Amino acid sequence: MTARERIAGNVASYVDDRTGAAKWMKKNLTKVFPDHWSFMLGEIALYSFIILLLSGTFLTFWFDPSQREVVYEGGYAPLEGLKMSAAYASTLHISFEVRGGLLMRQIHHWAALIFMAAIVVHLLRVYFTGAFRKPREFNWIIGVGLLTLGIVEGFLGYSLPDDLLSGTGIRIAEAIIQALPLVGSYLAFFAFGGAFPGESFIPRIYTVHVLLLPGIFLALITVHLMLVWYQKHTQYPGPGRTEKNVVGYPLMPVYMAKAGGFFFIVFGITAFLGAVASINPIWLYGPYTPGQISAGSQPDWYMGWLDGLVRMSPPLETHAFGHTISWNILIPGLIVPGILFTGMALYPFIESWVTGDKREHHLLDRPRNAPNRTALGVMSLTFMIVALLNGGNDIIATNFHLTINQIMWFSRIAIFVLPPIAFIVTKRLCLSLQRADRDLVLHGRETGRLLRMPSGEFVEVHEPISPEKAWLLTQHEQNPPLALEEVDSRGVRRPGVIKNKIRARISKANAEAVPKVSVEDLKEIEHH
Amino acid sequence: MSMEIEAIKDPGLPAHVHRAADTDPKAAKKAERQVAILFLLSALGTILLISTFFFISEDTFIYLPVLGNTNAYQLFLGLGLAASLFFIGMGAIQWARTLMPDEEVVAERHEFRSPDEDRADFVATVKDRAGQAGLGRRSLIKRSLGLSLGLVGISPLLLLRDLGPLPKDDLTKTSWKAGTRLVTDPGDRPIRPEDLEVGAVAQTLPELASGEKRTLNNIGKDAVLLIRLRPEEFNLDAERLSWTHEGIIAFSKICSHMGCAVALYEQQTKHLLCPCHQSTFDVTRAAKVIFGPAARPLPQLAITIDADGYLVAKAPFTEPVGPSFWERSS
Repeated sequence: MTARERIAGNVASYVDDRTGAAKWMKKNLTKVFPDHWSFMLGEIALYSFIILLLSGTFLTFWFDPSQREVVYEGGYAPLEGLKMSAAYASTLHISFEVRGGLLMRQIHHWAALIFMAAIVVHLLRVYFTGAFRKPREFNWIIGVGLLTLGIVEGFLGYSLPDDLLSGTGIRIAEAIIQALPLVGSYLAFFAFGGAFPGESFIPRIYTVHVLLLPGIFLALITVHLMLVWYQKHTQYPGPGRTEKNVVGYPLMPVYMAKAGGFFFIVFGITAFLGAVASINPIWLYGPYTPGQISAGSQPDWYMGWLDGLVRMSPPLETHAFGHTISWNILIPGLIVPGILFTGMALYPFIESWVTGDKREHHLLDRPRNAPNRTALGVMSLTFMIVALLNGGNDIIATNFHLTINQIMWFSRIAIFVLPPIAFIVTKRLCLSLQRADRDLVLHGRETGRLLRMPSGEFVEVHEPISPEKAWLLTQHEQNPPLALEEVDSRGVRRPGVIKNKIRARISKANAEAVPKVSVEDLKEIEHH
Repeated sequence: MSMEIEAIKDPGLPAHVHRAADTDPKAAKKAERQVAILFLLSALGTILLISTFFFISEDTFIYLPVLGNTNAYQLFLGLGLAASLFFIGMGAIQWARTLMPDEEVVAERHEFRSPDEDRADFVATVKDRAGQAGLGRRSLIKRSLGLSLGLVGISPLLLLRDLGPLPKDDLTKTSWKAGTRLVTDPGDRPIRPEDLEVGAVAQTLPELASGEKRTLNNIGKDAVLLIRLRPEEFNLDAERLSWTHEGIIAFSKICSHMGCAVALYEQQTKHLLCPCHQSTFDVTRAAKVIFGPAARPLPQLAITIDADGYLVAKAPFTEPVGPSFWERSS
């Protein structure tokens, strides 16, 4: 035994004497993680979160979250002598006088954008592959919660510098609070410590941004990861991969090196963006005052869809009995997003209700093999993209020489028309891909080699695909729709007829598929 | 799975194919060198960061293609940091890819579900312990506990009362009174009609009495936009026309939709546009909404001139300015 081994052994026994961790560690150091590029998306979100904690802590050392009025006397000449809040002045100080301060600000902002993008793409991966199915519904809900909190956290974060752009964002948030029936103006006055903008809001959201929400994030991310760990990762279908096993690389050393290395890569790329790509240059916007605004006011991208919905809303307001209800704010700002996010959170339960499938699933679906789910996902995505585009309608109008009215009317119609079209097209595409899979298994791969037969006929040579590929294309389940009889065996009508009819109808649409190849099909082909 | 039709069989995990570095010591040596080079590049990145920190002054600008005129200090500090982090990651991953075992391992999944007897035991234990506490039997305790827990929830709500004052009439009143002079923002200079040419726009605020201080809260409600047209261009009823003065019309600058500053005036069409959500108001028709999500015109301020010939408010706003709220009556 070398000296080094002896020291390591001593440390290990010291810790194990006090924690009994050796058994757990032994088991988990060899834990198997499946390998696929799409499993890195959640990792990017996790690593961006760590980058946000590190860079954010740096910024707190100089940032002064106060709306107290100061006169700027810093190093940035164009704003010299201007009245502004201490929050804005200290953000200028970080940007111009603190060494590495601007870099850290930019890293922090880029990391926030990457964090949100990674969450969204990770969510899409989980959705389209069916990874949310039993037993992972809790983790899906936690994920939807993290997405929602991420949007709020990001908004609060870019509101802190109190520049003209972010102040405008706060103004809009205040209008949404104020629009709530009954309690709106009271809630707004409590949140802002009086009338807008007041001097309380930025100190308050600072506490929420740096303490409350990061704390909740840490707790939720911990549970999210513990569940992944305990439930083991899902895996893509393929030879040797079953519902009962997990195939991949052990935590130590391969996965540790890859995941640890990937953290540094994400950090490195974020730092690179922070170094070369200017983001949120608040010194160009000037300090916030409610009487001014800059053209092309845009929120960050993850808020853009919400802004786009508000922009395309028709001018609806009800005045009755001495009261006002602003549907033009409530519907796009609260009701539609509320329905979307609730529906998203409940989706695993809705799907399991439709399919009647209560079993565990650890093998992922190929999106084409769940046409209805895939189509619904693309439909929702289309809705969001139309909303997001409309959120940038002014920018699109100036860049493509269109009028805002044209884009707005396009969006108002497209938000209703395009999603259903996306559903139908996607579903047809999925079924076509299933048909292509079937052809591939039955007739093999086109080689591109032409043969001239003795008769003069030209034929293309087809090569049978490998058994591995054939397995991949046929391993999925094809379940018949739910059989929900209207009457039971004794001829008595069941309760909840309408509910069952709806369920049977969706279930039927859900089970639509091109029959996969069976051994019988192959035998039949051989006979010909 | 439909059982009648026989499915194609799972061929099982494909045989493992060795990498060059697994069998060829030369290739392994090469891989090792590659990993080391990547780690050294990271070290160089840190050296770049340190040298930038000490040797490049913060106000050095260099011209770079694509990036344009760039602050060299920020750039090289960032590039150094980026390289020092990125190449550690690349090194670790190259190490894992080329030299660490690449044979896939199979692990069995365990069932999450507890055995039936454990589940039954669990239910029995809960029932038993709850029974011991008398949760089911002692309804007096249960109800009084429910009451007190419910009441405890009220205290934080009450204790948060001082987050802010009640709105009272704060949302409905502005600083404008009959006779308040309109002054320029910025500059605080009173304005005569002849200061404004036809087609001109001015941002104004109410004049401050001596000793008063203007807060952002005031600006958020008081900001007013003056626009001068030819009097014949207006398309107003008699009352609204009497609120204008020699073709000068005054509107609240705070959008009736969500409170942004309605700052974009199109001279050709005489439209005011809010840059936040593109609500468009027609100046000639008392800021009627002609496009976008806003549901109400911008409130119009009645103006006239005082004895010294300066523009003043003829009367306060007749309706609340800014976004809607529940208590708003029209």
